[in-house]
Amino acid sequence: MAQSTGRPTLPVAGAGQAASRQPDGSQTFLTTKLESLLDAARKNSLWPFPFGTACCAIEFMSVMMSHYDLSRFGAEVVRFSPRQSDLMIVAGTVTDKMAPVMVRIYEQMAEPKYVISMGACACTGGFYRAYHVVQGIDEFIPVDVYVPGCPPTPEALLQGVVSLQEMIQRGQTNYQRKVAALRAAAGK
Amino acid sequence: MASREDRLASIRRAFPEGTGVAAVEGLDLQTFRVDRAVLPALARHLKDDPALDFKLLADVCGVDYPGRAERFEAVYHLYSVTHGHRLRLKVPVPADNPVVPSLTGVWKAADWFEREAFDLMGLRFEGHPNLKRILCHPAFHGHALRKDYDPGQRWLLREGEQDVPVWARDEQEDENPFETQVLNLGPSHPSTHGTLRTTLRLDGEVITDAEVEIGYLHRCFEKMSESHTWNQVIPYTDRLNYCSAMINGVGYALAVERLLGIEAPPRAQMIRVILSELSRVMDHIVCVGANLNDLGAMTPFLYLYKAREEIYSVLEACCGGRLTMSYVRIGGLANDVPAGFADAVRYLLHSIPRLIDDMETLITENRIFRQRTEGIGTLSAEAALDWGWTGPCLRASGVAYDVRKAHPYLGYENFDFKVPISHAGDTYARYLVRVEELRQSLRIIEQALAALPPGEVIVDDHRVALPPKEKVYTEMESLIWHFKWVMEGMKVPPGERYGYTEGANGELGYYVISDGGGKPYRIKVRPPCFAIFQAYPEMLKGHMIPDAVAILGSMNIIAGELDR
Repeated sequence: MAQSTGRPTLPVAGAGQAASRQPDGSQTFLTTKLESLLDAARKNSLWPFPFGTACCAIEFMSVMMSHYDLSRFGAEVVRFSPRQSDLMIVAGTVTDKMAPVMVRIYEQMAEPKYVISMGACACTGGFYRAYHVVQGIDEFIPVDVYVPGCPPTPEALLQGVVSLQEMIQRGQTNYQRKVAALRAAAGK
Repeated sequence: MASREDRLASIRRAFPEGTGVAAVEGLDLQTFRVDRAVLPALARHLKDDPALDFKLLADVCGVDYPGRAERFEAVYHLYSVTHGHRLRLKVPVPADNPVVPSLTGVWKAADWFEREAFDLMGLRFEGHPNLKRILCHPAFHGHALRKDYDPGQRWLLREGEQDVPVWARDEQEDENPFETQVLNLGPSHPSTHGTLRTTLRLDGEVITDAEVEIGYLHRCFEKMSESHTWNQVIPYTDRLNYCSAMINGVGYALAVERLLGIEAPPRAQMIRVILSELSRVMDHIVCVGANLNDLGAMTPFLYLYKAREEIYSVLEACCGGRLTMSYVRIGGLANDVPAGFADAVRYLLHSIPRLIDDMETLITENRIFRQRTEGIGTLSAEAALDWGWTGPCLRASGVAYDVRKAHPYLGYENFDFKVPISHAGDTYARYLVRVEELRQSLRIIEQALAALPPGEVIVDDHRVALPPKEKVYTEMESLIWHFKWVMEGMKVPPGERYGYTEGANGELGYYVISDGGGKPYRIKVRPPCFAIFQAYPEMLKGHMIPDAVAILGSMNIIAGELDR
């Protein structure tokens, strides 16, 4: 079951040797790690917190609306309370005045939590190399996926969400790596 | 009071020669150089004399001239809605004592504009009731728009250093905390659409006091524009009011074109009209839709957003960008519209009215919606003007001022359209005015499309426009112009202009100053929602928390334009 990343993944029906099948093809049980099962659940039910500040927030709206419809990827339950969400989408420019607010909201989110940095401003400050603009939100909080563009097209953000889902399944997000490192340190 | 001379005579009767009011000739607007000492008396006269009647303080800004004996200049732009005339006042301010008398006692609108000039330029307004930073955070040092301030110099704000209203701080130490309560709304709150913060003082559920904190999206537009060439500023203008990016670019290009003394070709002007009006439709859609969404009606937003998505596809076909287009160039447009443009726009003219009808069927006579918006957040015409309101919000209070009608540009005088107004001045009226403006904008687009002339879309002048690429490869002269244009930027003759257009939120002004170089010397944006939003705390008093959400949504505050 082990992939190149060295972590077990959730068996897919029909492909996993661990899945036992009845003669009529129905599945009775499967073996996996609890952690992988949880990751599979988490990646398919992301609850985004839209930290929208500027132009990118308008494109985020487009992603939520019927034309692009993020719910096709299981991430449509937008929550404006950090306590109820696990994915922070920073959409727009973050200024020095806003940065403490962003950090506080990030800290209020329940773990496990992920961050998508949407747009050039959130990633690097964009073309605002200026006295009041944070030059990339990773100065303050860990970022899992950077989505480039000014603003990114809705397709680009969708790809960002899908990439994050893949990272969660592979255990590559910042939060998961932090936990793995803590476990490894405790095991020594 | 028709002419310049009459206005001059009226001012001279009260302020004869030698009293510190000197006329400055040779500028786009009638301008007076005013001594600091007589400024309040002159301002009072300008506002109260019925022959002058400058009820609207459009803008206040500071300009830094390090070479001059009196280093700073405070510049005031005034407008009279009844007479349709404008005036500019310039007040020289020395560097060692940068004090100017505050005009907050004359126009309420002066409040935030003066705070901004204090924050960014360091002018101290004597007599201002609450002179503190407005855009930059409280831990900021220095004044960013001074010429000797390094554009990249940042100051970090730490948790706990944020500004709290004085009364809110007192409240926490109050011995009887159950009498009133302080509620913090924002900056990250679903109703604030980004980055606005309101601190409310509540007596039960009734708001007794409020204070607004802005600047959470201050992206230093004006400083950035001073370090880029004239054409490089266009992408920055797109990100002012990002719901209607095209209108900002057009306003900027018109101001610079007036400074250059050129005019875009007729085809470019007509395309600008079509795309500006489409942008206005998009802007009003977001405002109305988000306002309804905040009030609990999700469905209309889904209907309206479909229209927005259809407009996006037309914009994308024109220039590749959906939201922030960078399609305008000084002197015209980046390129011509694609084949099939007219058909695509005609399809919009057919589909959008149906979506608006669907939305109106659900909402306009909806009892819940009317109960939540009628009589909520009412502002009289007089108060609205005093606060510096323009655009749909002012028209909902009963003043029929629309720049497109009062001072037509881009040939708006040739189109048959109406300026909808309401006299109620409440949240419901603002909704009705916006919905009617959607329909009027579509009417303009229909006429403009029918009259779309053939021809070039950018002026044939290599000092202004980039030579076509094929000529750069084949002609020596074009290659040289191309090199100079890219390396040095376009040269704009020294001078200044106040360009004004009708943005989606009201009068969008660009006060542009050139020193003859390849970069702007100073660009001051007069953002319509900056003036609108400063009335918000006043309007909240006596209302309840849900009303605060309804009022905020109806004002259409776009943080990019508010904070720049």
